Amino acid sequence: MATHNKKRLNLKDKYRYLTRDLAWETTYQKKEDVFPLEHFEGIKITDWDKWEDPFRLTMDSYWKYQAEKEKKLYAIFDAFAQNNGHQNISDARYVNALKLFLTGVSPLEYQAFQGFSRVGRQFSGAGARVACQMQAIDELRHVQTQLHAMSHYNKHFNGLHDFSHMYDRVWFLSVPKSFMDDARTAGPFEFLTAISFSFEYVLTNLLFVPFMSGAAYNGDMATVTFGFSAQSDEARHMTLGLEVIKFMLEQHEDNVPIIQRWIDKWFWRGYRLLTLVGMMMDYMLPNKVMSWAEAWEVYYEQAGGALFKDLERYGIRPPKYVEQTTIGKEHITHQVWATFYQYSKATNFHTWIPGDEELNWLSEKYPNTFDKYYRPRFEFWREQQAKGERFYNDTLPHLCQVCQVPAIFTEPDDPTKLSHRSHVHEGERYHFCSDGCCDIFKNEPVKYIQAWLPVHQIYQGNCEGGDLETVVQKYFHINIGQDNLEYVGSPDHQRWLAWKKLETPSQPAGSNKEHDAA
Amino acid sequence: MTVNAIGEYTATPRDVQANFHGMQLLYVYWEKHLMYCSAFALLVAPSLTFGDFIDQMFMGVIQAHPDSAKIDFSQALWLLNDQPFTPDYAASLEANGIDHKSLLRLSTPGLNGVQGSCS
Repeated sequence: MATHNKKRLNLKDKYRYLTRDLAWETTYQKKEDVFPLEHFEGIKITDWDKWEDPFRLTMDSYWKYQAEKEKKLYAIFDAFAQNNGHQNISDARYVNALKLFLTGVSPLEYQAFQGFSRVGRQFSGAGARVACQMQAIDELRHVQTQLHAMSHYNKHFNGLHDFSHMYDRVWFLSVPKSFMDDARTAGPFEFLTAISFSFEYVLTNLLFVPFMSGAAYNGDMATVTFGFSAQSDEARHMTLGLEVIKFMLEQHEDNVPIIQRWIDKWFWRGYRLLTLVGMMMDYMLPNKVMSWAEAWEVYYEQAGGALFKDLERYGIRPPKYVEQTTIGKEHITHQVWATFYQYSKATNFHTWIPGDEELNWLSEKYPNTFDKYYRPRFEFWREQQAKGERFYNDTLPHLCQVCQVPAIFTEPDDPTKLSHRSHVHEGERYHFCSDGCCDIFKNEPVKYIQAWLPVHQIYQGNCEGGDLETVVQKYFHINIGQDNLEYVGSPDHQRWLAWKKLETPSQPAGSNKEHDAA
Repeated sequence: MTVNAIGEYTATPRDVQANFHGMQLLYVYWEKHLMYCSAFALLVAPSLTFGDFIDQMFMGVIQAHPDSAKIDFSQALWLLNDQPFTPDYAASLEANGIDHKSLLRLSTPGLNGVQGSCS
C-alpha cells in the first residue's frame, strides 16, 4: 500500500496500524479458546468491526500527552510542599475528606486498573482491547498521582498512613471494596457495564466533581491540580462507557434484557457507594460546593434522565428503584454522617457536629427533612458533648449482605422507620438495606452468601481480638486517640490551632484575613 | 438464578451459626430511636434468657438514650423476623424461637425519640 512509503502517517492510518492492525486471525488455536470469557455471559457480538473508538488514541501519542500533563502536575506538587500548602486550606477538618478519598477512592482506581487490564485481554475485538488497555494505564496513573498529591498531607495530619491495609480491613471500606470485587469477579461484559457505563458514564460526575470542586473551594491546590490533570482522562472514560453500552445493544436484541439487569444492579450499587461522597459534600467540606441533593438533581436526574431517554430506542428503561433515589437524596447524607459520628471510634478520620452556620445551611438545603428529622439529633449530641458526654455507639451495626453499608436507610415511604429486607436461601437468613440490594442477592445468591462482612468477622474472632480497641488498633491499624474519635481537641485540631497562632499571634480565630494576605 | 460463571460455581455461606463458637447473632432494632443509626448486631448465647438479655445486655446498649429509662416493657410490642412476638422472659432465646441472625424489633408506644423526632 502507498501509505507504507509515506514518512508521516495521517491520524487515521496511524490509528489503524497501531490498534486494529495489531490483531490477527488465529490459525492453530480456535478463537474461542484464545478468548475463553467472551461467551458465557450470553452477550452476542456479531461484528466487532462495528466498534467505534471515539478518541482514536494510539499509545505513542498517549505517552507524549500524559507525560506533558504529568510534568506540570509534579511541578505544582513540589511548589505546594515547599510553600507548606497544607496551612492554606480552609480548615483542618477538610483533610478528613482527603482521608476518606485516600482510603476509599484511590484503591478503587487501582482495582479499576486491574479490572481493565484483565478485560483488555478478553475481547476478540482489537478496538475494545486497546481502549481497555488505555483506560487501565489511566487508572494506574490516577492512583499514583492521587497518592503523590495527598502524601504531603500525611506528613502533617493523622489517619493517612496505611490506606491499602485499611482498604482491605476497615469496616466501612468494605463498602467500596465489595463494590469493586463484585465487578472484577463478573464477566468482561458485565465489568464494562458496571464500571465503564454505570459508574464512569452515569455516576462519575458525582464522585469527581464534588471531590475536585471541594478541593478548589477549600484551598487544596495539590488535589485540585490532580483533578485538572485527570479531567481529560475521565472525559475519555465516559465516552468509552457510552460506546460500550450502545455497541452491545446494537449487536443483538438478545443482549437487551441482560444489559438491563446489569444496569439495574450497578446503578443501585453505585448509588449506595456514592452515599459516602454525599456525606463528604454535606458534612466534611468546611466550604461547601453544593448540596448532595443539588448534585443528584444536576448530575443524575437531569443528565441521567436525558441519557435514558436516548437509550429508550434500544428497549432500555431507567434503572429499577430510581424513584427511591429521588426520595433518598433528602435523607441519606444525614443518615450516613450520623453513622460515622457515632462509630468514630473505628474510623481513620475525625467526625464532629456541624457549627451553627453549617446547620443552618443544611436546614436551607434540605427544607423538607433536616429540621424535622435530623437537626434535633445533632443538637442533642452537641448538648451531650458540651456536658462531656460525647456520644459514641459501642455496639456493632447491622450490615446489608450486598452493599455492606449498615442498614441505616429509612423506608422510602416512612423516614422514621428503618428499611429492612430479608430473604432465606437454603435455610440461612440474609438481611438487606433495600429492595435494590435484596434483588441483587436473589439474582445471584451464591455470589453473596460468602460476603466478608466485617461485623460478622469480628464476632467470629477473625480480626485479632474480641474487643473493639484491639480490632481498631491491631487489625485496622487505626491509632487510637490519634486517627479516630471527635475532631474537636484531636491532635490534628490542636496542631492546626498552633499553626494558625504562629501566623496570627495577636488575632482571635476568624479575624486573620489581613495576616493571611501578608 | 445461579451465578453466571465459566464453570460450575459453588460457595459456602460465611456466616453460619457454627462459625460463631457456640454463640449466635441477634439484630435488635428499637423503633423511632434512630439516634442509633441501625439495628444493633449483638453476639448472644442461645441459652441466655430473654429477661437477662434485656436487663444485662440490651439496657446497657441503649443507656445513652434519654428514653431508655422510660421504657415500660409491659407495654412493649415486639416483632420477631416480621411476625408478632410475645417473649417469655424466663425462657432462653432459643426456646423463644429466636434463632441465628434473627431480627427483633422493639416498639415502645409513647416514646418517640429526641424531641419527638424519632431520633
